[in-house]
Amino acid sequence: MSVLEMRRVSRAYGQGAAEVHALQEVSLKVDAGSMVAVMGPSGSGKSTLLTIAGSLEEASSGEVLVCGEELSKLSRNARARLRRRSIGYVFQDFNLLPGLTAAENVALPLELDGLPARKARKAATRSLDELGLGDRAEHFPDQLSGGERQRVSIARAVVGEHQLLLADEPSGALDSVNGEAVMRLIHAACKRGLAAVVVTHDAQLASWADRVVFLRDGRVTDQTAPPAGPESLLARGPSR
Amino acid sequence: MSVRHALLALLSEGPKYGLQLREEFEARTGEVWPLNVGQVYTTLQRLERDGLVESDGDGEDGSQNGPQKGFRITAAGAEELAGWLRTPPDMTSPPRDELVMTVLVALRVPGTNVQDVIQVHRRYLVELMQQWTRIKENEAEDDMSLALVVDAELFRLDSVIRWLDAADGRIKRAAADPPEMTTGKHSAANALPGVRRRVGVRK
Repeated sequence: MSVLEMRRVSRAYGQGAAEVHALQEVSLKVDAGSMVAVMGPSGSGKSTLLTIAGSLEEASSGEVLVCGEELSKLSRNARARLRRRSIGYVFQDFNLLPGLTAAENVALPLELDGLPARKARKAATRSLDELGLGDRAEHFPDQLSGGERQRVSIARAVVGEHQLLLADEPSGALDSVNGEAVMRLIHAACKRGLAAVVVTHDAQLASWADRVVFLRDGRVTDQTAPPAGPESLLARGPSR
Repeated sequence: MSVRHALLALLSEGPKYGLQLREEFEARTGEVWPLNVGQVYTTLQRLERDGLVESDGDGEDGSQNGPQKGFRITAAGAEELAGWLRTPPDMTSPPRDELVMTVLVALRVPGTNVQDVIQVHRRYLVELMQQWTRIKENEAEDDMSLALVVDAELFRLDSVIRWLDAADGRIKRAAADPPEMTTGKHSAANALPGVRRRVGVRK
């Protein structure tokens, strides 16, 4: 089942001669259990695609369906509820609230959605445990390393019944070891049934995805074929 | 890849047989670089000729290169190995890179959309990286040698993609500002001989 489906989505800013087409007729389907990376240079429309997929911004035309619900047909409140219940976001700069502990940050979207504090807290602790951060639950963001902060934000993105994870350069501020750990966790979450869209200009991050979509000047220009098995690379001998 | 020095490194741990050296070489390089037995014995003969290893003489079965013929590193071999580990490979001049040549040539072929050419190569490289990343995810976690080889390959492919991205951006900017790039001695049309003149390209 497609958790996210974008049908001929366009987004324009400004009017007349100053009109800028950030996205043009973009179609994209992301199924449960799969991770799609969107690659493209700065200004190619990657972040716009992500904010529209996450219902943080509206498309100028086209349809966006999240968990089968067409966003433009939902009321403002229903869209906000869908965002809280079904979508998790991971940003380059973590976006954790500094005055809350790791566990409180993770529990927050559940509490905002009306879950009793104790249940929300339990789910948050479980999510942190899964990401190897059980012993950091009571730490505040400034007591955590960059890698740990990003893991907390992944815990927040996958907590509860979230079905769609949207990540914007999720390891952009991290070194390669921590960046790899972040991608490993996102990919593991997908294997458990989540759908994820990661936008990045970094091929090493994108290579964790099951499918890589290339964006250029607001249009999807190309995508990768399903990856071949490792046997085609291992023990093949030097190619050069 | 210096098979010669890799064999010296394996012998620095203690005396070994030829077949054992081959097995250990493959295991230590994550089985990404297979090595045939003939290559092992030829290399060992040269090392022996150069005084860097010693053998037991003939193998138990009487043959010159029998599977039971043992080899050990000499003091000169240990010195050679220590020197090699600290000698950077020659990277002073750029290798003759086929992809760089492809893009330079594409610029000169009339009617060619260079950005489409770049995208074909970019997609291929990303697909290769996806395969290596799957190996890292599934098989390299408990195999340090394989993880190091996979990382090296990922960084190498990544650097090629970064170069393609930079070339893409440079060509796009040049298209928006043609007089700068298409006249004078630095024009795209002259890029090939220009590059050859300015740097000593390694064969």
